[in-house]
Amino acid sequence: MSRELVRYLLTRFGQLLLIIFVAVSINFIIPRLLPGDPVQTALARLQATGGAQNVDIQAISAAYRAKYGLDAPLLEQYANYWLDLFRLDLGVSFANFPEKVSTMIGNALPWSVSLLAVATLIAFATGSLLGARLAWPTAGRGIKAFVPLMMILTSIPFYLLAIILIYFFAVVLKWFPPAGGVDTTRIMRLDWATTEDILRHAFLPCLAIILGNVGFWALGMRSQMVSVLGEDYITFAEAKGLHPRRIFVWYGMRNALLAQVTALALSLGSVVSGAVLVEVIFNYPGLGSLLYVAIRGQDYFVIQGVVLMLIVSLAVLLFLVDLIYPLLDPRIRR
Amino acid sequence: MSLLTSLRRNYQQGRISGTLLLGLGILLAIVLFSAIGPMFVDAVNAQVGAVRPRRPPGPEYFLGTDSQGRDMWTLLIYATPNTLKMGLIAGFIGVGVGTALGLIAGHFGGIVDAIIRVISDALLTVPAIAILVIIAGNIDRMNTVIMALVVASLGWMFTTRTVRAQVLTIREKSYVEVARVNGESQWEILFTEIMPNLMPYIVASFVGTVSGSILAVIGLEALGLGALDEMTLGNTIYWSQQSSAVLRGYWWWWGPPIVVIAAIFIGLFLTSVGFDRFANPKLARR
Repeated sequence: MSRELVRYLLTRFGQLLLIIFVAVSINFIIPRLLPGDPVQTALARLQATGGAQNVDIQAISAAYRAKYGLDAPLLEQYANYWLDLFRLDLGVSFANFPEKVSTMIGNALPWSVSLLAVATLIAFATGSLLGARLAWPTAGRGIKAFVPLMMILTSIPFYLLAIILIYFFAVVLKWFPPAGGVDTTRIMRLDWATTEDILRHAFLPCLAIILGNVGFWALGMRSQMVSVLGEDYITFAEAKGLHPRRIFVWYGMRNALLAQVTALALSLGSVVSGAVLVEVIFNYPGLGSLLYVAIRGQDYFVIQGVVLMLIVSLAVLLFLVDLIYPLLDPRIRR
Repeated sequence: MSLLTSLRRNYQQGRISGTLLLGLGILLAIVLFSAIGPMFVDAVNAQVGAVRPRRPPGPEYFLGTDSQGRDMWTLLIYATPNTLKMGLIAGFIGVGVGTALGLIAGHFGGIVDAIIRVISDALLTVPAIAILVIIAGNIDRMNTVIMALVVASLGWMFTTRTVRAQVLTIREKSYVEVARVNGESQWEILFTEIMPNLMPYIVASFVGTVSGSILAVIGLEALGLGALDEMTLGNTIYWSQQSSAVLRGYWWWWGPPIVVIAAIFIGLFLTSVGFDRFANPKLARR
């Protein structure tokens, strides 16, 4: 590893730590900036809406005050907040007292991660391929018709596409289940029936995310390809007499993909934001639905925990993309 | 030269593209719909229990009614301007704050620049909905203006980034050098030399910010964090979800708001693509 590469990695790691620091601090500060005691307010609202008749509000409140020392100076609270995070202690749920928030997040996380990872990768790959194909100098009229379609798909929020998909494929045609992550009666085992059930439930949410993203990648790739194909090294490769396909794939697409990976890092945030809502629409058992249920039930610590989880896992993902980058671009490695 | 001849010349040069006209046309239609619509229908019909519930579209109720007894057509007419209003307020604030921060960062540089850059870069990569949920969830009495402010709090980073990058390019231009040698002050240079050249970028950022803000507003509302007693497109989606309108086949409940929302986004998207071509004549010749 050269010195530049080490420096690059260290800078990126520093950014990761910075984002986590900012996220944790925002999560800590915002509820305390607003008037009133966040826990009292949340509990009062919970009581008012009748969401917690079966829990002892006083017990939760007292336990919370003792544990977090809400009357202690802000700086001390802040330090305690960090200490708890290091112990992976995100507090307990009000609505499902005394279940730990970390357990609830742990149950939801695999659903979200696998859905989002598969959907994003498929959208990225097909979008980039289609975009490159669109930039091919002799692209026919048939494939050019994709451009306006891609524009429309990019501009519509994909959780609204999700509603349309549910209506046609789950309500009208009944090809796929309309909601959930798995049949409610299924006992989870490692067998084909369970896998098939999970895949059937994941299909529509996955499709919604793919349809909502593929246009973005196709349009981005197309404009990148157009500018890359105008570079001098392409002319040079042509002059050498290389096969057009070889020029297109190894000189064109390879370089255009670099910008696509950068765009991937920058757009992950909005993809996650959209995916949260897709999960809500499908009642998919991931972080998005957990967040939604927590918001509806004023479940203060669950909301905070999920939000923190979203921010931190995204920061880690960005860091991973940054790690892949030197593999793709030798200029950074040197 | 009159505005009309200038427009015609721009059109002939290919700077005003069909894309831009189509985008602006769609937006104009939506604005007219939300400006004129309320004059012709009575808001009373959009209140809970005003009409017979769960009627499909027909001669009596043009777009049907929802299961709480609201007339969908009336609801749509009053919801659209509210959603647009939130997008515009958030857009103006986001672009205003973003431009100011970008100018400060790019023009004065140093430690201020570093702080602004680090914060905006960090916030750009965070999923906006996560932070907005925390803010919106802690506000007791929500209304459309507060909603717009909440969304605007994360709507400035992209503008800041663009403006800062442009200021850094423009300040090295020779005409800025000339102004400096002529003894113009820092502020004079900023407002008379740099600002006018930023306008295309600010307008483009504005279109993008309005679009992003409406997206965020509708997202928060769909999660049930909006001003639930006000009529907006996102709230309509929320209520239809609450009543399982999709599963029960009441397509007229969620369909029309989705169509209007899609039209808003497509209009904004086409406008921004077309505006690129208008602001950057090099693209027009392609």
